[in-house]
Amino acid sequence: MVRYIVRRLLQLIPTLFGLSLLLFAWLHSLPGGPEAALLDVRATADTRAQVRRSLGLDEPLWIQYGRFMKRLAQLDLGDSFSTGTPVVEEFGRRFPATVELTVAAMILAIGLGIPLGYLAARRHGRLLDILTVSGSLLGICIPIFFLGFLLKALLAVKLGWFPSLGRQTPGLDATRVTGFYVLDGVLTREFDASWDALKHLVLPGIALASIPFAIIVRMTRASVLEVLGEDYVRTAEAKGLRESTVRRRHVLRNAMLPVATSIGLLTGGLLSGAVLTETVFAFGGIGSFLAEAISNRDYPVLMGFIMIIAVLYVLINLAVDLSYSLLDPRVRVR
Amino acid sequence: MSAKTDRIDRLAELTAARADEGGHGLWYEAFKRLRRNPMAIAGAVIVLVFVLIAILARVLAPYEPDAQTWLGETSTATMTFPGARAGNLLGVDHLGRDMLSRLLIGSQQSLLVGVVATVLGFSAGALLGGVSGACLGLFGTAGRRVDAVLMRFNDMALAVPSLLLAVSVATLLGQSLITVMIAVGVTQVPVFARLLRGSMLAQSHSDYVMASTALGVRKSRIVLNHILPNSLGPVLVQVTLSLATAIIEAAGLSFLGLGGVDAAHPEWGFMLAESQQYLSGALRFAVYPATAIIVTALGFTLLGEALREALDPKLRK
Amino acid sequence: MKSRKLRGLLALASVTVLALGTAACAKSDRDDGGSGDKDTFVFGTPGSPKSLDPSLATDGETFRVTRQVFETLLKHEPGGTKIVPSLAESYEQSPDGLIWTFNLRSGVKFHDGEAFNAAAVCKNYERWYNWTGTYQNTNFSSYWQELFGGFAKNEDAKTPAANFKSCAPQGDLKVVITVDHYSATLPGAFTHASLGLHSPKAIEKYTAEGNPTGEAGKFNYPAFSQTAGTVAGTGPFKYANWDKGAQEVTLEAFDGYWGSPKAGVKKLVMKTIKDANAGRQALQSGDIQGYDLVAPADVSPLKDAGYQVPTRGVFNLLYLGMQQEAEPLLQKKEVREAIAHAIDKQSIVTSKLPPGAKAADQFMPDTVEGYSTTVPKYDYNPEKAKELLKGAGADKLSIDFCYPTEVSRPYMPSPPEIFEILKANLQAAGITVNDKPMKWAPDYLDATDAGKCPLYIIGWTGDYNEAYNFIGTWFAVYDGGWGFKNEKLFADMATVSKEPDKAKRIELYKALNDEIMTYLPGVPLTSSPPSMAFAPNVNPPTTSPLTQENFAEVSYK
Repeated sequence: MVRYIVRRLLQLIPTLFGLSLLLFAWLHSLPGGPEAALLDVRATADTRAQVRRSLGLDEPLWIQYGRFMKRLAQLDLGDSFSTGTPVVEEFGRRFPATVELTVAAMILAIGLGIPLGYLAARRHGRLLDILTVSGSLLGICIPIFFLGFLLKALLAVKLGWFPSLGRQTPGLDATRVTGFYVLDGVLTREFDASWDALKHLVLPGIALASIPFAIIVRMTRASVLEVLGEDYVRTAEAKGLRESTVRRRHVLRNAMLPVATSIGLLTGGLLSGAVLTETVFAFGGIGSFLAEAISNRDYPVLMGFIMIIAVLYVLINLAVDLSYSLLDPRVRVR
Repeated sequence: MSAKTDRIDRLAELTAARADEGGHGLWYEAFKRLRRNPMAIAGAVIVLVFVLIAILARVLAPYEPDAQTWLGETSTATMTFPGARAGNLLGVDHLGRDMLSRLLIGSQQSLLVGVVATVLGFSAGALLGGVSGACLGLFGTAGRRVDAVLMRFNDMALAVPSLLLAVSVATLLGQSLITVMIAVGVTQVPVFARLLRGSMLAQSHSDYVMASTALGVRKSRIVLNHILPNSLGPVLVQVTLSLATAIIEAAGLSFLGLGGVDAAHPEWGFMLAESQQYLSGALRFAVYPATAIIVTALGFTLLGEALREALDPKLRK
Repeated sequence: MKSRKLRGLLALASVTVLALGTAACAKSDRDDGGSGDKDTFVFGTPGSPKSLDPSLATDGETFRVTRQVFETLLKHEPGGTKIVPSLAESYEQSPDGLIWTFNLRSGVKFHDGEAFNAAAVCKNYERWYNWTGTYQNTNFSSYWQELFGGFAKNEDAKTPAANFKSCAPQGDLKVVITVDHYSATLPGAFTHASLGLHSPKAIEKYTAEGNPTGEAGKFNYPAFSQTAGTVAGTGPFKYANWDKGAQEVTLEAFDGYWGSPKAGVKKLVMKTIKDANAGRQALQSGDIQGYDLVAPADVSPLKDAGYQVPTRGVFNLLYLGMQQEAEPLLQKKEVREAIAHAIDKQSIVTSKLPPGAKAADQFMPDTVEGYSTTVPKYDYNPEKAKELLKGAGADKLSIDFCYPTEVSRPYMPSPPEIFEILKANLQAAGITVNDKPMKWAPDYLDATDAGKCPLYIIGWTGDYNEAYNFIGTWFAVYDGGWGFKNEKLFADMATVSKEPDKAKRIELYKALNDEIMTYLPGVPLTSSPPSMAFAPNVNPPTTSPLTQENFAEVSYK
């Protein structure tokens, strides 16, 4: 087991190296540079050239790449070209937002998706099943920026139940400890701040949950249907066990295995940020910052963020594989 | 992204599961099941209507989609835009163009985006996944290495934000509907690659392949005549779903300013993005294309999901 | 299996213990429980500031924030474009425009308690003048270089020669600033937000921190400009916090402010909201109390719903740029004229722009001193356009037209729509238009700058009321965006920029406008007034055509 983990982690090194090389070549082959974002519209060709020089962009690419790798070896990802702040700091500032949003979305998706998927399977082919499945699929089919608008129009503007954007009410002056606002409020016993942050998570959470929700409903339904057809469930039912017992002991436990795996993977996918949701809800996470970095040709941010995301991606995949072997004794990692 | 991989793998498994059964009987069975499924029927009807409208769009559209005929009657300052009336059944849009004509032509463009993006994603993905799977399944250690490299490449593609891809395509080719097609299509490549590889892998272990091998049939023949055709079921499902994804993702790209912007060939996603400025005063600008997108995407998704269920032997009991 | 479960439980337990441990250490450092609703005013801005020190910035979003914290020697009258005293009670200019004497206001204190006096003013100017190393890069000192030239010791051959000569205190409340030669940036420069005056104590701390590293391939702002605490001005607000993650700058009322009005709210939060719909919905749901750059289509619905939507005076210009090298046919005056005649500016104004917008007939709005009433006019006349094209042998003209897709600027609320109208106009005159849509940054800005776009739309919002701030930036020398060399025009520009007498300058500007419009380098299109929106229960600030609103005027009703 330990050897397996070590091997997977070692594999990460050449992969990351390849990724950095490819990414570097790719980014620098895009026309345009970061100077447009740093200067105002009327900057002259001379000032642009000066800025490029000061950022070291006039040097041959291989020297620039060498510099990047040298810094990377010292665990330094450089500074953002547009904000002038270390990339790691920028990541640390925005990642908690993305994590909070991801967790909120996944709680919503799981909390609603599994029961609904189970119900749909139990009523297979009936009206409830059809409504649940098409209803959940509808979530996938609405462009997410429009879904965000509709949610806000109804729940924030019209009913006033939830705030329409941001992570916390400005001017609340909450103490920051970890950058996870909900957690911070609990840690510092500023429970009003926690509550406020939670309310801010609801609407973007729903918008972001729409896709994983549909997938979880579908997977749970399929998985439960499959298990319901198994002999052991029929036997249990034939034995006259109470439905709740059958459900708990036999159906759900066995059906949850593939669902649990997909939840892990879905979470991993969301952690790389959601550009559209973050933009519409002014929720300063990884996604919208990356989108901005692309426009600004902010090479250090793009390189750094994508590489960190790649590492996270690999780690989550590893964790999912491991959890699978923990959950299901039949599966052994090699 | 990783969410996708899991779904793909599940889908790929289906091939193996149904490979033990007879060819024609299976498709016939699946069709019979589809016919009984109300979701499938709803999906099929929507898709059919959509395709019909798209084909007939030029005939049906009363006006040119980019003719600013009624520009003089519009005013943003006072938010006056002629609504539904005899000449313009759905009113005119923010530039004095006939909304109905734009929506109709839009169906054509949206279908085009869906089809081209899917074909693109499918063919590149099939090539990548097919080669990879064939190598792994049939050509021993060396094949395994090739497969490992190809799949690593594939996984790496999944870790890069697709927006970066879209921006790159747009800067290289200029911004147009073609850019959207390519950008959306490319995001589908790893999906199809993984799907086809998984599907072929599952089959290479199946009895009939082993039998053919034992009988001394050439490996390339096995791949071409048996494995590939039998992998098509899950691919068909993914194609249907990908058509929906493409139409929705095109809207997202338009929202970020990367859409297909040709006024003479409006696409629904672009129309929806265009309407964002008018949401407070003229919601209908958004409602029409949004409804069109949602209904069409739902049609494809329902059909795809029903197809998946029909092909899945485990769910039949 | 058992042992594995046990291990899992152990891990969970240790995480819980760790969390509890942190909880014991973490302490709330909030002064008082909650701030009342009416103490905080949240304003949505379309972009984030880059620095708390305005002298390091070039962008309007930074200046919007720093204007509340810093004051300049002179300023523009509230709601207008006239230059009036601010930290200087009065000023005098020598007839040759080289010596500027300011009589300073007394009793002014900086946020850190330092007194404002002549020495403090000079400390600021000397700081800028004596910048070395990385500070001399244009990404740090762009505006200083534009307004006062280079530095005491220029380190790059491309840096302009210094125009600033000296700053001499005469007593405590009188200061004399001398320049090398008169430039039309004066006295506007003394109102410029980038030259807001810092406390001398703060400046010492900046100097102590040293220059930004300037290591190859790195770009970082000095630390003092990135966190509230060191930077101090004299304005009605002081910096309280810059939460970059939440994209909020929090300003606090400064009790010791010398002037009036004092800040009307205890806390002013500038929050970045990029999406215009998100801003409007946040206002409607009460999450924010105001926001800027209201989409023209939102103005009347918001007004109808009871919101206050004050509109700024017009001080910007949108024009159709033409690059004569990218399309040689544009070198013919008839072709440029034909394009001007083909365009129906009024239809853009009525159909697409907010109330108060105007069609433009020269390269500055009529609110700028120097606006000419005698410029040659090119009326909307498609027939004439066709004739002119035929006469020039350009009746089969096919031309690339660049426009940005995802941006909204005060002078062009929605570029794609304006492009569509222009395209239809040009097509109607028989010109084939090839769409070249691009992302604003960096593609569009680069392409227009490098002269790759024969036709393009772009504009400018004035920094201060000086015609040179408009036409001077476009037509003073050869520019890649235009691609023409008109030596007479360039020479006339040089003359006006050296004329210290204001009245004479204005006459020269008028003549220049006529000259430019006779040459017709491009087509001035429209000026449109940007709007802000505010909740019904607040008193909004006086709108400024220069977007220099004073948020001290903001209060709850």
